[in-house]
Amino acid sequence: MASSSHSHAGAFREPSVIPGFGLALGFAVSALSLVVLIPLAALVLRALSIGPAEFIRIATDARVLAALKLSFGAALIAAAVNVVFGVLVAWVLVRYQFPGRRLLDAIVDLPFALPTAVAGIALAGIYAPNGPVGELAGLFGFKVAFTPLGVVLALIFIGLPFVVRTVQPVLEEIERDIEEAAALLGASRLRTIFQVILPHIYPAVLTGFALAFARAVGEYGSVIFIAGNIPMVSEIAPLLIVIKLEEFDYSGATVIASVMLALAFAMLFVMNGVQAWQRKRLGNV
Amino acid sequence: MSDATIQFPSKTGSEIGESFAVKLVLIAIAVAFLAAVLLLPLVVVFMEGFRKGAENFFAAFSDPDTLSAVRLTLLVAAIAVPFNIVFGLAASWAIAKFNFKGKNLLLTLIDLPFSISPVISGLVFILLFSAHGWFGPWLKANNVEIIFATPGIVLATVFVTFPFVARELIPLMQSQGTTEEEAALTLGASGWYTFFYVTLPNIRWALLYGVLLCNARAMGEFGAVSVVSGHIRGLTNTMPLQIEILYNEYNFTAAFAVASLLAGLALVTLVIKSLLEWRYASELAASRRH
Repeated sequence: MASSSHSHAGAFREPSVIPGFGLALGFAVSALSLVVLIPLAALVLRALSIGPAEFIRIATDARVLAALKLSFGAALIAAAVNVVFGVLVAWVLVRYQFPGRRLLDAIVDLPFALPTAVAGIALAGIYAPNGPVGELAGLFGFKVAFTPLGVVLALIFIGLPFVVRTVQPVLEEIERDIEEAAALLGASRLRTIFQVILPHIYPAVLTGFALAFARAVGEYGSVIFIAGNIPMVSEIAPLLIVIKLEEFDYSGATVIASVMLALAFAMLFVMNGVQAWQRKRLGNV
Repeated sequence: MSDATIQFPSKTGSEIGESFAVKLVLIAIAVAFLAAVLLLPLVVVFMEGFRKGAENFFAAFSDPDTLSAVRLTLLVAAIAVPFNIVFGLAASWAIAKFNFKGKNLLLTLIDLPFSISPVISGLVFILLFSAHGWFGPWLKANNVEIIFATPGIVLATVFVTFPFVARELIPLMQSQGTTEEEAALTLGASGWYTFFYVTLPNIRWALLYGVLLCNARAMGEFGAVSVVSGHIRGLTNTMPLQIEILYNEYNFTAAFAVASLLAGLALVTLVIKSLLEWRYASELAASRRH
């Protein structure tokens, strides 16, 4: 690896006086391979060994399709709700001074810190027909727990910090000068917000949406208690994987997992593409 | 970040801000939303835990199965967190202090576990190590138990917590550059000396921050661990799994009592995390300064 040549254009790494490159990179790559890459490769190989006909048969099973539709649909709705409220919360936290602002700021990260099973039983307790909110909703003829609505609620809980925490730093960095300029040029406040501020935070909002969505699609612990897990109705895809595993149907579990991974990566890929395209179009970094 | 709102002396001041009424309404919506979505579940955990009095709350922890779940959770975190510290330091040293080909690919791969469902994170180890998995027959022949035993739980936990420390350290160390290390080395310090006395003090708060989040996830992981654990009472149940079992047995007080313990851990995590953000903002990665 060590080359005395001054031109290092073709070399693996640029020369440096700092030691420890081989040890650090070697350990990092070995650990990454052993813990993450090889196990994931096992999943891919297993999926490939199933054969296309059998793969499609399992993937298009009505129960599997219903679970995938619920997981992706509920994740999409929850991420959309989180975009609206997440941007609003970020805006309030960055722009306004009020008592308890720091407490509110700290609380936003609760879903990162609270174990999903704890959130799950708490949400189930709140929204179950005999829980405080569930009972109230019942009076109006609503059922929250054990329906897709319950799934969406749990996913809103889990995804909120992703949007707030990606939008917040970008909002903080906006120069107030450009808003002042817009106002001086005669733009109304609403026009300034929609045509000056929103385009600025748009990429961050999209990233937040993608992160919240990706997390929500695979979420398990906070959902299964409130969902009631009725097949074809409120059974999410990760739970169906667990059920297949309990039946020792490893092929079934592998197929659902691969479809989930492929769809999730495809969506992230599209998001990245849209974002790159937007950056080029708007010309901001 | 300064807390003071910028005041514009000119008359345009009112036009780049919202009216008092609009502010009030927006703040009210934000507070109400956060209270309903985030705070309510947290409060409910403690309320349900103490519903039948403190006596019943503490009685939950005299159950030997629950105690063994607490012990297993601590053991798993005690293995997974140090492993992630060493990995995080090695990865960030290589990525932040050197330029090499494939760096971006490496960064993407490190973040991979974040975009994978916890259940799938458990599934991959089943496919590798279970009786019907790739290494299953070999493991059985050599009497090594991984799935439905502690090693599998540790592996699944390491997988899901893998990026936590590294992704806190990498951006910070990248922004710090290499000049201080180069100065130390030029003055004759050894590589390890430079690492321990120059680099480590510069990143200690970010490291603590990453460890904090890593530990919270390690102790609270549910999906991945649930798949590989086998739910053997008193043996392979971690605290989150014990909560599930108690809850499904309609033993709600005990379930919420154990949940309160984890919720307490989450609160401690949030408090220390916020303190770090307020006091040592400049020594954390840029995205953490709010």
